[in-house]
Amino acid sequence: MSNPPFDTVVRDHGDAVLRVCRAVLGPGADAEDAWSETFLAALAAYPTLDPQANVRGWLVTIAHRKAIDVHRGHARRAHPLAELPERPSTTALPGSTDDAAEVRAALAALPEKQRMVLAYRHFADLPYADIAAILGGTVPAARRAAADGLATLRRRLHNPHHGGTE
Amino acid sequence: MTRSPAHPAPDQPSGPPTATAAPPPAPRTDPSTPSAAAASSGASAPEDPRAEDLHTAIPSEPDTLRALHARLADAASAHEILDVAYTVTATALGTLLLATTPVGLLRVAFLDAESGDIPPRSAESVLDELAAVAGTRILHAPARLDTARRQLDDYLGGRRAHVGLPLDLRHARGFRGEVQALLPSIPYGATRSYTELAVRAGRPRAVRAVGSACATNPLPLIVPCHRVLRSDGSLGGYIGGLAAKRALLDLEGEHA
Repeated sequence: MSNPPFDTVVRDHGDAVLRVCRAVLGPGADAEDAWSETFLAALAAYPTLDPQANVRGWLVTIAHRKAIDVHRGHARRAHPLAELPERPSTTALPGSTDDAAEVRAALAALPEKQRMVLAYRHFADLPYADIAAILGGTVPAARRAAADGLATLRRRLHNPHHGGTE
Repeated sequence: MTRSPAHPAPDQPSGPPTATAAPPPAPRTDPSTPSAAAASSGASAPEDPRAEDLHTAIPSEPDTLRALHARLADAASAHEILDVAYTVTATALGTLLLATTPVGLLRVAFLDAESGDIPPRSAESVLDELAAVAGTRILHAPARLDTARRQLDDYLGGRRAHVGLPLDLRHARGFRGEVQALLPSIPYGATRSYTELAVRAGRPRAVRAVGSACATNPLPLIVPCHRVLRSDGSLGGYIGGLAAKRALLDLEGEHA
């Protein structure tokens, strides 16, 4: 059995990979560039992909490398998301864009590894074994990074004005 | 449909056509089912009360995905790593899938036509067939088919006698290929019988084989299998359905 047409891969996984790139790099042009680089590299390598392979995991592995490339390209700058203005929420409506901005800012303030683990777990639904393989660590370390990241997120989001200070 | 923003055919199932795609998504941590989430991941991680917020905060809008898909198709063409570019287009004869390789036009497929007892084909089944023939690096890339689509529109509007584009005839093999190679020699507005074509192909008794060569023509409209009729003048069959065949013969009769 061979792989399905690549178009199917883009349709089935494009959404998750975009969220992963945005979670890791912030919701700007960098994430879209990483998405493009990821799918272009995946397309080039697609004929050699084992039909039994986990396509989602394969794509996130590529996206991980592309995100690091993009990030290194900006090494002299602060992380783009860290520059997001930390506006106090004046409307304070649940689900408002201010809420979304707070979540993004809290995510962006996490250490990179925690942000990546959360992205690969929550947006790509990857098992921790795959995440550990992508990050080059152990499964317990990946779980711990996810737990720590979530705890920090929760703390920041419940007390936004104390966030990020650990 | 929300998972298929880049796909042009509105009625396609959004699931993958084969079982090779991602594993079933693990349940997200959901406040209503904390135990299930913890059990599935075997995690000691605390449940995340803001999982939905994460998805709201990090969106992936269909418009952005469509734009990214188009950008990917352009880049793939520029890097020459695309085996097949395709588009789906509505015409007076029904919905057509057009596909091209770097060599030339590879496939024209009627998507919503019933032909005899053959049910309508889905875009996915056509793309699966093309993947087997020409490679799996296939993308929706309508810009690559603009010229073909324009020429086809002109042909169907009676403004043009044929589509003058390079063809990729790798589908064509054996006797079927020989018959299909003869079809373009039937002039616009003219018709031939299956029997006449069998004679010209050098196998006068292979009338049924000529019929199946027409029925499996990978480039209907472009390679004019619609100009082949039964000896008694009745229509025979057509991949796009008999109404389409009748319409094409009327069109050509009018403009010949």
